[in-house]
This record gives sequence, structure tokens and C-alpha cells, in this order.
Amino acid sequence: MTTRLIGEPVERREDARLLTGRARFIDDIRLPGMLHAAVLRSPHAKARFTRIDAAAALALPGVHTVITHEDLGTANTPMPLLNEDPGFIHPRTHQALAPGQVRFVGEAVALVVADSRYLAEDALDLIEVDYAPEAAAVDLVAAAKPGAPLVHDDTDSNVACRTADSNGDIEGAFAAADFVLREELRPERGAAQPMETRGVVARYDESLDQLTIWDTTQAPVSARGVIADKLGLPEAAVTVIAPDVGGGFGVKIFLVYPEELLVPFAARMLGRPVKWIEDRREHFIGSNHERLMVHRIEVAATTDGCILGIRDHFLYDSGAYCPYGPINAQCAQAILPGPYKIPAVHTEYEAVYTNTPVVSPYRGAGQPHGNFVMEAAMNHVARALGLDAAEIRRRNLVRPEDCPWDSGRIFQGNTPLIHRDSDYPAQLAKTLEALDYAGVKRSQPAEREQGIFRGAGIAFFVEGTGISPYEGVEVRVEPTGHVHVTTGYPSQGQGHHTTLAQIVAETLAVPPEQVVVESGRSDRFAWGVGTFASRAAVVGGNAALGAAEAVRARALELASDELEVAPEDLVLADGAVHVKGAPQMAVPLAALAYAADPINTLESGTEPGLRAADYYRSPDGAFASGVHGLIVMVDAATGMVEIEKYVVVHDCGVMINPTIVDGQILGGTAQGIGGAFYEKLRFDEAGQPLVTTFMDYLIPTAMEIPPIEIHHMESRSSLNPLGVKGVGEGGAIPALAAFAGAVEDALEPFGATVRAVPLDPPAILALIEGRCEGRAAS
Amino acid sequence: MKPPPFAYECPRDVAEAVALLAAHGGDARPLAGGQSLVPLLNFRLARPAVLVDLNRIEALARIRVGDGALRIGAMARQAAVEADADVARGWPILPAAIGHIAHPQIRNRGTVGGSLAHNDPAAELPAVMLALDAEMIAQGPQGQRTIAAREFFAGTMETALRPDELLTEIRVPALPEGTGWGFQEAARRQGDFALVAVAVVLKPDGARVVVTGTGDGPAHMEAAEAVVAERGTDADACEAAGDAAAAASEPADDPHAPAWYRQKLVTALTRRACREAVIRMGR
Amino acid sequence: MAGQQHTVRVTINGEDYEGPVEARLLLSDFIRHEAGLTGTHVGCEHGVCGACTVLVDGAPVRSCLMFAVQADGASLETVEALADGRTLHPLQEAFRREHGLQCGYCTPGILMTLKPFLEANPAPSDAEIRKALSGNLCRCTGYQQIVAAVRRAAAMLRGEDP
Repeated sequence: MTTRLIGEPVERREDARLLTGRARFIDDIRLPGMLHAAVLRSPHAKARFTRIDAAAALALPGVHTVITHEDLGTANTPMPLLNEDPGFIHPRTHQALAPGQVRFVGEAVALVVADSRYLAEDALDLIEVDYAPEAAAVDLVAAAKPGAPLVHDDTDSNVACRTADSNGDIEGAFAAADFVLREELRPERGAAQPMETRGVVARYDESLDQLTIWDTTQAPVSARGVIADKLGLPEAAVTVIAPDVGGGFGVKIFLVYPEELLVPFAARMLGRPVKWIEDRREHFIGSNHERLMVHRIEVAATTDGCILGIRDHFLYDSGAYCPYGPINAQCAQAILPGPYKIPAVHTEYEAVYTNTPVVSPYRGAGQPHGNFVMEAAMNHVARALGLDAAEIRRRNLVRPEDCPWDSGRIFQGNTPLIHRDSDYPAQLAKTLEALDYAGVKRSQPAEREQGIFRGAGIAFFVEGTGISPYEGVEVRVEPTGHVHVTTGYPSQGQGHHTTLAQIVAETLAVPPEQVVVESGRSDRFAWGVGTFASRAAVVGGNAALGAAEAVRARALELASDELEVAPEDLVLADGAVHVKGAPQMAVPLAALAYAADPINTLESGTEPGLRAADYYRSPDGAFASGVHGLIVMVDAATGMVEIEKYVVVHDCGVMINPTIVDGQILGGTAQGIGGAFYEKLRFDEAGQPLVTTFMDYLIPTAMEIPPIEIHHMESRSSLNPLGVKGVGEGGAIPALAAFAGAVEDALEPFGATVRAVPLDPPAILALIEGRCEGRAAS
Repeated sequence: MKPPPFAYECPRDVAEAVALLAAHGGDARPLAGGQSLVPLLNFRLARPAVLVDLNRIEALARIRVGDGALRIGAMARQAAVEADADVARGWPILPAAIGHIAHPQIRNRGTVGGSLAHNDPAAELPAVMLALDAEMIAQGPQGQRTIAAREFFAGTMETALRPDELLTEIRVPALPEGTGWGFQEAARRQGDFALVAVAVVLKPDGARVVVTGTGDGPAHMEAAEAVVAERGTDADACEAAGDAAAAASEPADDPHAPAWYRQKLVTALTRRACREAVIRMGR
Repeated sequence: MAGQQHTVRVTINGEDYEGPVEARLLLSDFIRHEAGLTGTHVGCEHGVCGACTVLVDGAPVRSCLMFAVQADGASLETVEALADGRTLHPLQEAFRREHGLQCGYCTPGILMTLKPFLEANPAPSDAEIRKALSGNLCRCTGYQQIVAAVRRAAAMLRGEDP
């Protein structure tokens, strides 16, 4: 009997260590002779400097070195550009330490290494830099204009990239329209803010010429390549290990952050292990941000609410550099039409440098932005035409009978967005039913008479997942009977070890306890890229399946020789291969693994071991989808909002582990609610960050996040053998638009239109009162 | 985010603490619960040369009722006051307001005296103590003095305490039979500092309406108090009190909220707190 | 700039620890790096996130907002004390059963907040659970499965088998 494990709510193998305090996070690593580093960061959004005077710092007992750009030599060349864009005008990437010019508050200027972090921070206070501040470009819209202060002096404009994409007859669509909606929509700047900040520990073993780096990265294999290259070392001399990592959500993948290079550099220079643990204030200014875009969208519609075409011109705040490429803009423009059958779409974006921290993906990578724009526009078109928000969606959805339906949009990783394997109308119907949407609508007139402002909002999403590049997994049956599974992509809490074990154990018919999983260590498995874009289950999961199936085939082959029975008459069960219908005629996998390593009789040209590696890439990616619906109650006297009900209808294809899937959806939705109503980063005109603490960056607590009701619509993806669609980001994507829609619906009597998220109570009161000055200064 | 170096003193009684403060002049800072001061140290936004830790002065941690008044030692933990049966009986507005201060973990360390002496311009306890006509007992090298709450809170993070004085006790007079009270707070998240908070105490012989979060700390809304005193508890009195309080408050724009919004909150929360107080008065 | 040293004697999870510390050493750093108990995590060092919550004389407090020297003579309890050898505490067991953790970074602080909470309130409502959790930020779970875990743990501690 093969035990079904895929699809089962298996308890996580990761948990016991995490629950008992026995996990090993980056700051738990302690090495003999270890020193501690702190980074001197720019206090100016833009400034030049010629001199860094570290004499007083170096004179402090316990301080070992102060490293500046001059010490780094070739290690300080610009970082690689990770993603190309056809519209790049002048890509600029960051350097480990600013060479005489700083471009955002928080940019790394020097590294101090001392006996303790306390001393290292004392030393930071003593370093003098002769900054000459310059005018900074801070506001996105202003920065994009000619004549704005330049972030990079060797350019003639802050526009880093200008890219257009079109499909369908856009002119025709607008010519045929009965109605055109034009408006500006603005998702503001936020950040991932995992509970564990970033950190790096490095040890250089001179006798072996081996550099070992523990790094909170989401991409250890890729980080190894960049670090080895910058330090002039062979990759073979560098090991990058992602230990237990306390949340990532995108901010921990970057190639590479300055500290990922500086700490190994210092360890090598000093011949002693060095640890750097980012503190929370540093994380607010020294790690990447996300979200700010300004979209000017035009929607061409008929009077009965059919969307004929959309044009979207938008600005994307890249921050001071764009080493990631304008990836969030690429994703936003690709995902824009969502599940709607829109015949013509034209998008144009400008990625703009500003003197603010670098922007790179945070859960959803531009998709929450594109989704907010489309879904908000749907609400506004509906209202202008006197249609219900659910009805206009229903009319425009791609229907199962249309599929496969090519949207014409190209997603990240050059993946065409083709709708299939989903039933959007059914998702909508389920949402409306679960929400009692009709009931809310029915009660509204009477409630409004009594000054009760309750409203319902819905937002669809289509989430691009499973994109290129490939990932690989190796599966090896040991002669001990254990199955060793290794892969390069690490986990930041997603439970990959549990789900990979489920896939491999089911395929090989072994008890999951027999499966040992290792990931995120470049010395164990050095192929593939990392964990991002909701792709681990799709790309890694299918690689695990492929590898396990190859091992199974090899096991059957070996057993066939052993038992003298044709492979097709053999089955795997209970850790052994046996003859169909004759379970007593069996050979354990352990014995086959032993037999597969004929040390004295191996034939040259063959490979030993009962093992296989598989590498999986999905040219068409995978696409998950669903709907968020919620009911809010707005306190019209204070602008406070209570979420009374929150429903998620979700189709991520086959669920490998439904409990883990639920966790991903719930956590993503909570982050989405944060982005809708709580979390916003702000800067003053000079580029000084105004939000650098958890007092000011309002991550929701258990009191702000409501109970969330999940309804799964599990329709198998036809694009990969496991039938999975990816689940990591879907929760976070539509929450912004759904929340905004619910508030608009509650405040419909006031004619409220939400054009920016996050909302906050002053913004909501401004909607009620029809005020222009909705928000605090900046 | 590690604090800068400082010298640490740990006096065992008030006299020793006062002597230490006097000896170090302005370089020393008392360390009470530390829930506001330690973050400032960790951010290196405060750099006192000496910290005088009051946590081992047991005499300062007492909560008792004497002569009808509530006497709270300055080092009494907020959680202890919140859970105290005498306080709940006689001064129920205190636990109600303390429930808005941050989270249980913070209230287990945070002290009443520390919060009052820190006088954050959006803190709950200064507002409530002002509404309760509390008196602050301060000990300095020259001896003890009593400071009325009205004089004690002197502006953002400012109090009437001299640098060498220590707040040792807070005396809260008994509330007469038939007193009603209300406490309303608007904050972004559970436990955040108030955007605006309003404490209303309606005694048979007079009203107290205190608003905080609008500027320099807690302020009596005298016009609102007059409205209630004049019109008693009729249905519209609370509406008018809210308007009067808003008219009298002059918040400024800040990154958390524009001034007009805080003014709106003053109206809404004063009305609500007042209505709460009226209902309780009738009980 | 090394400051004056003070001797600290504390009991952590029933074991005595003694050592010289600088006055400015945070209790969180003492527990993690001097006593070597790295189960307690540090998330913000300004008292908001709650990851560093430990019990000081039975009460949950932020260990990043206390100096080690202030804990002299105190009895501390950290996440390492919860399990009995390999047997998980009902709270831990319930978190595993209900998927109350993902990355696990905030989890020790949450467990140490909840242990005294459930002792004082053995049958909490969901609203009470959420309020008790509000001093601990979690970025992974959205809290729902944590609330379910607390419900289950409460039942287990009451001797029911949910």
C-alpha cells in the first residue's frame, strides 16, 4: 500500500526545534574568537564626501578595524544587474561601500569590527565623515520631471527605464467606448519587515582557504556566486549557508546586500570570524523597500460595463539604484488585467531613481500594485455606470469555456499569462455567498438611515507563480534506508522540508520519518536560484517529484534484476519493492541502495547509487487565482474601521499540505491588510526617513487582523506534474483593493472614492467630509 | 541598537536616590520601569552619564488607601494598579485607562510614577491623574513637597519636578458617591499611544474633562467642563461639551495625523466619554 | 569605553548563572549570549515586537527593555524551560498541531506570554486570546492559527482532549 501524503495536513517536521528554542537562527551562531560588526550609514539622502576619519574609533580599545571603500579594492565594483528590461536607459547598481557619494539615508559608508556589538556602535559614534549635502530627489513624481536633482550625476534624468507593452487594438477600444474612466491611483511605500532582521556570519579558514558564510539570504547559491566573484575567490572556496531564517517575504533576496560582502571581507582580512546582525533601525533604512507607484489609468467601457481596453501609464519608485531591474513594474503591468477578458491593454512605465532606499520585491512583487489599480478601476467604472461591483466583475471575467485564453501579457521570467484551469465565475459566486453580499446590500439603506456605515468589498486576483529560473532537487536512498533529499533553495518558514518529504515519501512509498531533507546550503546542493515568487512548490516540488520518480524507476530496475520479475510487475510499498500480489517477495530499498553501489564491480561509464537529481523549469509558470471579500464597518465620527468578516476564495491547484497552504494565505492576507490600512513609510523633503521604528510602522497585531474564512477551490494545474499553482503571495495581493472597495462601499452615501492605499483614519474622515487635505504633511 | 555606556547606581531608599541625583546634577537620570527610557537609550537618543535605578526601593512600590485617598507609590507597576481591588472599587477609571497602555508585558514593568514623570504628550496616565485632581509628592534634597496635577504637567515631556527631585507618591482623592466617569481613546493599533484620549469625571460638584494627544500633554478643557457644569446631564450637554473641547484644543499637524483630524477626534471622543460618564453617574 | 562591571546572579530555568556584566548589557543579550540560551529572540530592541518576552519572577516582560544588572537576584524563565525533555508542553504541542508557527522567530516570545496567561485564564475567549497576543507581533501567520493553538492548549491544560 502506498500511503497518500500529498494533500494531507501533515504536521511540520520543522516545529519541534522552533518551539523548544533549539533552532539555529543567524544570531544564534557563536564561533570561537568571533568579532562583531556594525555599519556606518549615511545620515544624508544625498551628499559627497572625501574623507572618513576613523582615528578616534580605531583608538577605542576593542576596535579591530574600520573598513572604508578605499580598503575594498576590486571587491567594491558595482553589483550585478539581476533583471534586464528592454527599456533600460541607465541601469545603476549599488556598491558595497559608497565611494565618495551617498544616495540615500542608510547607505553603507564604513564597517566597524570590534569585540562586541556594543563597542562597535560606540566606535560608529566616533567616525567623522566630511559630508557635503546636496539637493535630493525624494518625491517620485517630482524626481521624474526634467530638472529634478539627479540621483546619479552621470545621467541626464532620473528615469532609469521606460518600457511600453501593448496587446490588442487599443486605439480602436477607446474609439468604441461609451465611457472612459481616467484617474490616478497610488499604492504607497511599505516594507516586508520580517520579525528577524538580516544578518551575516563569516569564517575564513586560512589553512584550507575556505570561506564559510552564514547568511539570512533567500538565495544562498546565487549569493555564493556574487561573493566569490567580488572577493576574487573560486566558488569552490566559498560556502553560503542559510540557517533557520525568521521570515523573508522578498526583502532577504538581493545580490547582494553590502553586508553579505563586507562581513566575509572583514573575516578574511582579520583572520577571525565576524558577525553582523542588523538591528531594527538599520532594517528600516538599510534593507530594501517596496510598493510606491503612481498609476494614471484610463479604462474604456461600454455602458453595460464591458471593459474594452485599458491604458496605464505609471511611475515606479526604484529607490537610489535598480540592481533588481524594474521587476515590480514588470509584474504590475503583466498582472494588470487580472482575470478579466480585456481585448486591448497598453501599459507604459518609467522606473525612477529617488534618493531613498532601494526598492525590490516584497510579497507579490508589484502584483499588489497592479491588482489595486485594476480592481479599484473596476469599482469606479461600476459606480460611474450605476452597476454593482460584483456584477461588473462577473460580466468581464474570463470563463472556463474561453480557456486557454491568452491575456497577451508577459509575466516575470518571460512567462506568458494564459488563463486556464480556473473557474473565475465560480470563485465569485462562492465569495458572494460566503460573504452574504446580497444581505449586506439589502441592509444598507436602513443602516445608513441610522448612521451605520457598513460596506462590502471584493477583489479578484491572478497571481503569477512558478516562474523561471529552474530549481533542482536530488534524492538519494542511503544503504541505511534513509532517503536524503537536498535542494538549494532555503526556507524562511514555509515548511519546505515537510512538503518535500511528503512528495518524496509518497513517491517512494517510504515512511516520511525516513526522509531527511537539507536545503539552503551551497556545499550540499549548488544548483538553482532561491526562494521567491511563490515558486518553491511549483519549481522545487516538481523537481522533487521528478527526482523521486527517477529513483523509483531505478529501484524497480534494480529489484527486477534481484527478484527476476519484470519491472511492471513490481510495486513500491513500506520501504521496499515487492511483487504485485505477492508482498512476501520483496527487497528493501536499503538493500537496493547497497546493491546500487557495487564498489568492486562498477562498470566505468555508469553511476553508483540509488539516486537521481531533477531540474525543473516551467516555461509557462503557473497561475493561482481567487477572490477576497470583506465587510467593514466605518465609524464615521473617527474614521476608524472594523473588519467584520473576511472571506478568501482561493485556487492554488493541488494542495500538497492544506494546513501549510492555509498558513500562507492567512499570513499573506494579514500583510495585505497591513498594506491596506496600517503600514506606510514616509520621508521628509530632504529624504530623511520619518518611519524607522515599530512605533511608527504599524504592523497589525492579533487585535487588528480579523478571523479569515478560507474556501479552497482546488483545480489542478495542467502545467506541471504535481498540478500545483503556488500559494505564497496570493493572500497579500488583493487585500489592498478589497479593503479600499469595502470602505468605498460603506461610504457610498458620501461619494467616497479611494485612490491611494494604505488608507488611514484621517484619510477616511476626509472621504466622509469631502476634504482635500486628507493626510498629514508628507 | 545597543545603549551607550553609563554608570549605574542602585539606591535602596528614597534618601539615597535623592542624594545620588543631587550628587550627579543633570548628568543622572532616574530609571523607573524603563519602558520609555530604555528604548531611548537603545536608540542612543538619550545619553545620561548615570542611571539611578529606583527598582529596588521597595517603599515606592506600595499601593494603599489612607484617609479615603488612594496613595500609589511612584514605582507601583501599572499592572499592579490595574489589578488592585481597592483601585477597581474606588477609582475604576484608572484600570480602564491603564488597559490602553501598550501591552501586558510593558505594564508588568512600567510604573505609574515613571509614566507621569516622563509625561509623553499622548500618554494615558497623566490625563487621568489630571482628571482625578491627583497630587504628586516629590522628594528633593530640601525635603518633600506636594504638587497639584494642574501644576505638575508642564508641557511635552516636561513636569514641575526639579532635576534633583524624585516623584515618590501619587495621591488620588476619593471620588464622591454618584461620580460618573468615562475614558475614550483612539489609537491606530491596540496598545499604541493615543491619537487622542479623553478622560471625563463627573462629580456631583463639578466636571473634569481632560484631553490628551492634541499638543503639550494633558489639558483641562475648561469650556467643556463649564458646559457640563451648567447644563448638567441633559442629552445635549455632552454634544456641546465635545464641541467646546474641540474649539479649545489646538493640535498641530504631525506625521501620524493632521490637526483637523485630531480636532474631530476630540469632538467625538469627548462626547462619548461624557455620555459614558453620564450613564455611570446614574447608576 | 568599557564601563564599570557589576556582578549579576540570576536563576534561569532553575539554573544559577553568575557573571560580571557591564551595566548597559541588555537582559536579552545576557540571556542569549552570556547564558547561551538562544531560544529567546530579539526582534526590535525597542519594546514593540515582543519576540524577547521572558518571565521575570513569573511575569512576562520585554527582556530588551531591562538591563541584566537589574535582574540580579531574579528568577527567569525562557522558552527552553517549557518542554519536559522531549515531551512538549501542551502549548508547544498545540502550536505544532494547529500550525501556530511558520518561521518560528516570534514563537518563543509568544509562548512565554501565553504560559502565565493560560494559568490565570484557563478558558479564554477568542477575544481575550487576541488581546493577550497583541503585545507580540507575528509577520507570518496572520495570528489565526495561533489563536486556534491557544484554544487547543487551553483545552489540553484543562485536561480535555480537543
